[in-house]
Amino acid sequence: MKAFTYERAKSPAEAAAAVAGREGAKFIAGGTNLLDLMKLEIEAPTHLVDVQDLALDKIEETNDGGLRIGALVTNTALAAHPKVRKDYAVLTRAIVAGASGQLRNKATTAGNLLQRTRCPYFYDPNMPCNKRVPNSGCAAAEGFSRQLAVVGTSDKCIATYPGDMAIAMRVLDAVVETVLPDGKTRTIPMAEFHRLPGDKPWLDNTLGKGELIVSVRLPAPVGGQHFYHKVRDRRSYAFALVSVAAILNDDGSGRVAFGGVAHKPWRVEAAEALLPQGAGAVVAKAFEGASPTEHNKYKITLAERTLAGVIAEARS
Amino acid sequence: MPSIPTPPITRRGVLVAGAASAAVTTVPAAAQGPAKAAKIAPVPVKLVVNGKEVELELDTRTTLLDTLREHLKLTGTKKGCDHGQCGACTVMVNGTRVNSCLTLAVMHQGDEVATIEGLGTADDMHPMQEAFVKHDGYQCGYCTPGQICSAVAVLKEIEAGVPSHVTGDLTAPMAMTRAEMTERMSGNICRCGAYSNIFDAMSEVGGAKA
Ligand SMILES: Cc1cc2nc3c(=O)[nH]c(=O)nc-3n(C[C@H](O)[C@H](O)[C@H](O)COP(=O)(O)OP(=O)(O)OC[C@H]3O[C@@H](n4cnc5c(N)ncnc54)[C@H](O)[C@@H]3O)c2cc1C
Ligand code: SF4
Repeated sequence: MKAFTYERAKSPAEAAAAVAGREGAKFIAGGTNLLDLMKLEIEAPTHLVDVQDLALDKIEETNDGGLRIGALVTNTALAAHPKVRKDYAVLTRAIVAGASGQLRNKATTAGNLLQRTRCPYFYDPNMPCNKRVPNSGCAAAEGFSRQLAVVGTSDKCIATYPGDMAIAMRVLDAVVETVLPDGKTRTIPMAEFHRLPGDKPWLDNTLGKGELIVSVRLPAPVGGQHFYHKVRDRRSYAFALVSVAAILNDDGSGRVAFGGVAHKPWRVEAAEALLPQGAGAVVAKAFEGASPTEHNKYKITLAERTLAGVIAEARS
Repeated sequence: MPSIPTPPITRRGVLVAGAASAAVTTVPAAAQGPAKAAKIAPVPVKLVVNGKEVELELDTRTTLLDTLREHLKLTGTKKGCDHGQCGACTVMVNGTRVNSCLTLAVMHQGDEVATIEGLGTADDMHPMQEAFVKHDGYQCGYCTPGQICSAVAVLKEIEAGVPSHVTGDLTAPMAMTRAEMTERMSGNICRCGAYSNIFDAMSEVGGAKA
């Protein structure tokens, strides 16, 4: 690990200014992703601004009947919150499908949204990777791409966003709330929070330098039956090959987002409008223009079968 | 109070890269050469470990795991993968289980840390330690301290109503079942495969229904 200095910020604005004002500075929350990457020197911040004292660890009801989730709320606390379990079950289901009990106790809401890809070449400093070293090439293009993205890819990067929680937040139309280094605030809809790789795959999201996530807001509950089905190489404690977050209504309509298939949670509203016609129609539309590799084209079939399973369960 | 100086760190880029991928080494990784140790002063860190207050001067990079093992000589907590994947380093921080390899000592000023040494001793074992012995919940024993710390925490998490991936009705009280226990223990890997005996030990302590 490269050497770094360390401070604990006392307010969100101070934290944002501390990171913005210093080359090589980064926030640290639970540390479960950042420290992993720092040990491998894939991330090498020279200064860490610890946000744990910012009192952003509360879940509060909003005036419109929704919830505001503090950036520091742990995955365990969020999944266990009575209102989340009752009214936003897709979120609880997605969180507990991810990582391990130990990790979820430490992982925070903001840190989870910002976890970096699990592309094996991103993790291997011996290999070219545009996300790790801009314009160094992409080893995955000709390499082992079984876990990687099938849709929304570019010729610069075919990595996926690996997380589970964000897939559920996308289906719930969550909004990320931030503080900028000048003290102003901003809101970013989940749909626009993560970005596609395009020709700048080193940028995972639309946050600016020093922009601090303070909370994630959920709109009022929308009812329906909630599902998060995750298909992975082992039954627990593995990243998604494909996941489906869905909220289904009795009349067959609903919402659906896919995880493990793209550089961001993959929700296509025009595709979910086809839910009453079944999984085949939804997946055909959602993955229109997909460009899978020989190794990962199975994911499109898997997405359809996983969604079909969800629909069958909703009807039973 | 123990205050042991930190040895200079001279790990080479090549070792760091080796940790990332033991299998793929097509390009030498030493391109960056040995990591230049910038001079950053050690920082004072105060922790309460197994009920005792300790004060240390630590390099900011020191993980909680290395603090326990290398600085406090509490070697019960084990280093397995050092990347949060195996659970051998599991300890309790302020009453919740975490991977001590993926957190820094400086992030824990004033926190209460409990390790396997704090749970019980050979003469006065914690019920979970006794149950592991009775049911042969280990073979080589390397993952055992982490397994036991996790097992104790898992029973508390079920009691506290924290849901898991196998929980049926999310709004009903959690059930102390074997399925709940096995799912919640997935963050602790045992290469000897003592799992079924571990669950026997947990079931006995937790009073599992099926
Ligand atoms: C073995 C293993 C298995 C895992 N399996 C899964 C899985 O199956 N599913 C899954 O979803 N996840 C999984 N994870 C990832 C885990 O969920 C993340 O590591 C965790 O959520 C990150 O949260 P953190 O608080 O520890 O983030 P940190 O590591 O502290 O931070 C992550 C990033 O977020 C930035 N950051 C933190 N807080 C803020 C803020 N408030 N504002 C702006 N930036 C901020 C940091 O600068 C850093 O870049 C796994 C991790 C491990 C190690
Ligand atoms: S897919 Fe993206 S993350 Fe993976 S090697 Fe290519 S550029 Fe890097």
